[in-house]
Amino acid sequence: MSDITSQSLTSLVKNIKEKKLSSEDVTKAFVKRSEKSKELNSYISEDFSNAINKAKKFDEKPNLDLKLPGIPMAVKDLFCTKNIRTTAGSKILENFVPTYESTVTQNIWNEGAILLGKLNCDEFAMGSSNETSFYGNVQNPIDKGLVPGGSSGGSAAAVSGQLTPITIGTDTGGSIRQPASFTGTVGLKPTYGSCSRYGIVAFASSLDQAGPMAQNVQDCALLQEVISSYDNKDSTSIDFKRNQYSKDLTKDIKGKKIGIPKEYRVEGMPKEIEELWQKGITYAKDCGAEIVDISLPHTSYALPTYYIVAPAEASSNLARYDGVKYGFRAKGENLIDMYEKTRSEGFGAEVQRRIMIGTYVLSSGYYDAYYLKAQKVRKLIKNDFDEAYKKVDAILTPSTPSSAFKIGEKKDDPVSMYLNDIFTVPVNLAGLPAISIPAGHDAAGYPLGLQIIGKAFKEQEILNLAYAMEDKINFKNKISDWWIK
Amino acid sequence: MSINLKTIKHISKLSRISVDEQKAEKLAGDLNAIFKFIEKLNELNTDKVEPLTSVAETTLKFRSDEVKNQNIRDQIIKNSPEDNEDFFVVPKVVE
Amino acid sequence: MPKDSSEYLIERYDNVYEVVIGLEVHAQVTSNSKLFSSSSTKFGAEPNTQVSLVDAAFPGMLPVINEYCVKQAIKTGIGLRAQINKRSVFDRKNYFYADLPQGYQISQFKYPIVGEGTVVLDMPNGQKEVGIERLHLEQDAGKSIHDMDPQNTLVDLNRSGVALMEIVSKPDLRTPDEVSAYIKKLRSIMRYLGTCDGNMQEGSLRADVNVSVRLKDSKELGTRCEIKNVNSIKFMQMAIDYEANRQVDLIEEGKSIDQETRLFDTKKNETRSMRSKEDAHDYRYFPDPDLLPLEVTDEFIEQLKADIPELPDDKKKRFIDEFKVSAYEATILVSDIETAKYFEEVVAKMGKNRDMKLAVNWITGELFAVLNNKNLEISDSPISAKNLAKLINLIKNGTISGKIGKTIFELMLDGDKDPQVIVEEKGLKQESDPKALEALIDKIINDNREKAIEYKNGKEKLFGFFVGQAMKVSGGKANPQLINEILKKKL
Repeated sequence: MSDITSQSLTSLVKNIKEKKLSSEDVTKAFVKRSEKSKELNSYISEDFSNAINKAKKFDEKPNLDLKLPGIPMAVKDLFCTKNIRTTAGSKILENFVPTYESTVTQNIWNEGAILLGKLNCDEFAMGSSNETSFYGNVQNPIDKGLVPGGSSGGSAAAVSGQLTPITIGTDTGGSIRQPASFTGTVGLKPTYGSCSRYGIVAFASSLDQAGPMAQNVQDCALLQEVISSYDNKDSTSIDFKRNQYSKDLTKDIKGKKIGIPKEYRVEGMPKEIEELWQKGITYAKDCGAEIVDISLPHTSYALPTYYIVAPAEASSNLARYDGVKYGFRAKGENLIDMYEKTRSEGFGAEVQRRIMIGTYVLSSGYYDAYYLKAQKVRKLIKNDFDEAYKKVDAILTPSTPSSAFKIGEKKDDPVSMYLNDIFTVPVNLAGLPAISIPAGHDAAGYPLGLQIIGKAFKEQEILNLAYAMEDKINFKNKISDWWIK
Repeated sequence: MSINLKTIKHISKLSRISVDEQKAEKLAGDLNAIFKFIEKLNELNTDKVEPLTSVAETTLKFRSDEVKNQNIRDQIIKNSPEDNEDFFVVPKVVE
Repeated sequence: MPKDSSEYLIERYDNVYEVVIGLEVHAQVTSNSKLFSSSSTKFGAEPNTQVSLVDAAFPGMLPVINEYCVKQAIKTGIGLRAQINKRSVFDRKNYFYADLPQGYQISQFKYPIVGEGTVVLDMPNGQKEVGIERLHLEQDAGKSIHDMDPQNTLVDLNRSGVALMEIVSKPDLRTPDEVSAYIKKLRSIMRYLGTCDGNMQEGSLRADVNVSVRLKDSKELGTRCEIKNVNSIKFMQMAIDYEANRQVDLIEEGKSIDQETRLFDTKKNETRSMRSKEDAHDYRYFPDPDLLPLEVTDEFIEQLKADIPELPDDKKKRFIDEFKVSAYEATILVSDIETAKYFEEVVAKMGKNRDMKLAVNWITGELFAVLNNKNLEISDSPISAKNLAKLINLIKNGTISGKIGKTIFELMLDGDKDPQVIVEEKGLKQESDPKALEALIDKIINDNREKAIEYKNGKEKLFGFFVGQAMKVSGGKANPQLINEILKKKL
């Protein structure tokens, strides 16, 4: 048997069910590797001794019918976990310990998994490089000094570096798919409404979605099965029939029509990205899919739209962090002074910037020109997809306009940072599902990802497409364990 | 559409985040760059377009009028920064 | 426009101003749980014991709407003869305050659940129609307590998230009396429907009053000021009076009126400015992305329409038509649902030989006096409708006189005693036997011959003396009508 920590989730589950491994074996292995990996700075909070105790307890009376029996797992620090500190990567929640559990993580524990700890992320999920976290940068396991992407940077690094067999992240404008692409892993953003948002620290309510981040498509499908559920505590949760995604997974995609949107071919796009895309098209054809040229005419308006809608919703969602009920509070001479100091000291620069943008675009005199306009353009973007889906079953694009960049490289240029999300953002605006799979390397040897966008609620379709292509691509992540002490 | 210091101060008041001169200037610079980028939307004529209300294709689901939550005051107040078991405590408002 | 004393005008030298008033009434919805969370809405609980994670705006918490509150709002809209909007949207109203845990209030801005309607007021000089602009649902805020700690404000979130209906009137009101009648009518309609208990002391009903002035006969509206959170009708009237005069004074001085929000200081009886212009709130309304648009079907609305009980205006009409009470009496009887219920029960229990006049008089006269005195609601009346009906019947069928009835009424107050039992126990039956009365009167006339002669010689007012004597001798039990007849015959 290969090293525990280099096994896939599917393999670990099989081994535990077949009693070839115990939960304690597996948990201790991941704890050990995590403890040696401090340099990655993937974790904000560790719960290692508890995890081992829970593993031992599981082994005493193992329920092997569960989908994640005794599997240790760390999760993004945006999910409220009962009695375990939850910070959202922010100072303002530095000592916040929820007395409740998010629905998505509860689903995971219900299937037998065990919490290892909480993973680092951009503050309040705002960022594309995990450089805005109050708890420091995260290193990309691919190479030292490289960003892992964001906002689910800690999550992507943990999966890629094998500190956890699998994890969950959240995706508002690409925060699962972009880091997956940067770290050579698989990331799925489900259809809006597929996973409950109850208990997830909210960033932009009409865009946020939780999703699995894994080493391969099959693992991803298994976790998606566990986390996706209808929740009546979330008014935007949708009650639709959910597949057994891992059971129904197939490589047979013959006859599926895959759209190639010309507008995704952006000016100045690196040659490597275009080549990767072409390779992807070839692989898809090899699998029996049919390639169709399509147009998504409003693509170039997606980023500006996103940077109105997301900050607007965030400015309102983050108003509750006022030092009154929980979290950090600064001393103030009066109530307003207290608010201003608390939020000024408690929030990092990027969060403050986005709150300001959001407040401005909603303010009197600007609402129509910005927010209302953005919601109209959002309709046009969604219409583009609806039209395209009359002709195709899925859409294939690159995940990111480049491979992982260096830590500090884009920090002072917000617009340059925002351009990271150019391919991923339209998907959130339209509420569609999309998966990023690693598909190649650039000249520096850094991973590049391809994105498959699906129809609403058709996660199975894109998982199948990804599964088929993953096989053809046969991607090998080059992890050298450079950070292990 | 230029964002000046006065606007920054106004927004910071609305969003209850304090800014000093230096911070305000930086913010004005950042926001101006961002808004230049956002201005692209003006290329589109959206007069006849309905705004998107939600991508969730469903109607608002009802909840029944049952009282479900018991007294969880200790949970609610335990995270608050001040040491009062019954109330949240904040500095006075200056009216 | 009535041209008599029910007008409310402010005169300064040559100028006559009229006052234009609009009200925004906040009515707490009667429901078990809150609008977007399952916490209890009961009044008077220990601080922060009816607060859920959603109410306190913990990270990741989300709103889920209470169907019953939606129904209550629609029913109220039906009672206001208003348009029910099948599609409405919840918006966030963003501002910071200690008792607003989310940093925004979930309300309805552009697309409220109820549209335009009408409320009819019964004023002394005729009916007045007041237009309703809209009704929408929104969350109530918590309570800030400023006087328990000298350095700090204490916050109780029990009320945070309770459902409110905000009812906005058109600026159709002109006098403090109309304002009073409007509030009372709204309150009455909602109590009939069971959608709000209208208890102003407990804060179930509050109003923001918008006041502006203009020269009489002007068609333009003046700049208005909003007086926030006035919680009694008396204070509303005082606030309006002060504010209208303040505005007129400013105009007379050639100054302009700043549109602003003001508070009514109940100690000084003045309004004062609440916020300076710089801090004017920009609420940045936008549709709440945690909630989808609210859609109700025609069936949903029709089902609610079918469940609506008879409302005050219809009940008044029926009382006039069926019971033949006067419009004035009917207005009083239907003004509160409990009064109407009590009256209808008395009528029912009076049976076939019912006397409406007596019923109305006893309820609006004697009973109301007692209730006022003891500060009781009619639903806590010490005398039940059943027993009052009995008392009235005893008077109607001549068993007792009206005067004795009053005595018995007093005795009934102690434990709702059966009047029949009291009559028997105390032997209070009216003496109506003509022979016995004749004998009695003969004796009186005999004992007072001089007076009898004086009466026959023209001293008419001595009649009262003989009536009085008859009552005295009979212990008040003589049938007054018969006494009168017999005396007339004999004298």
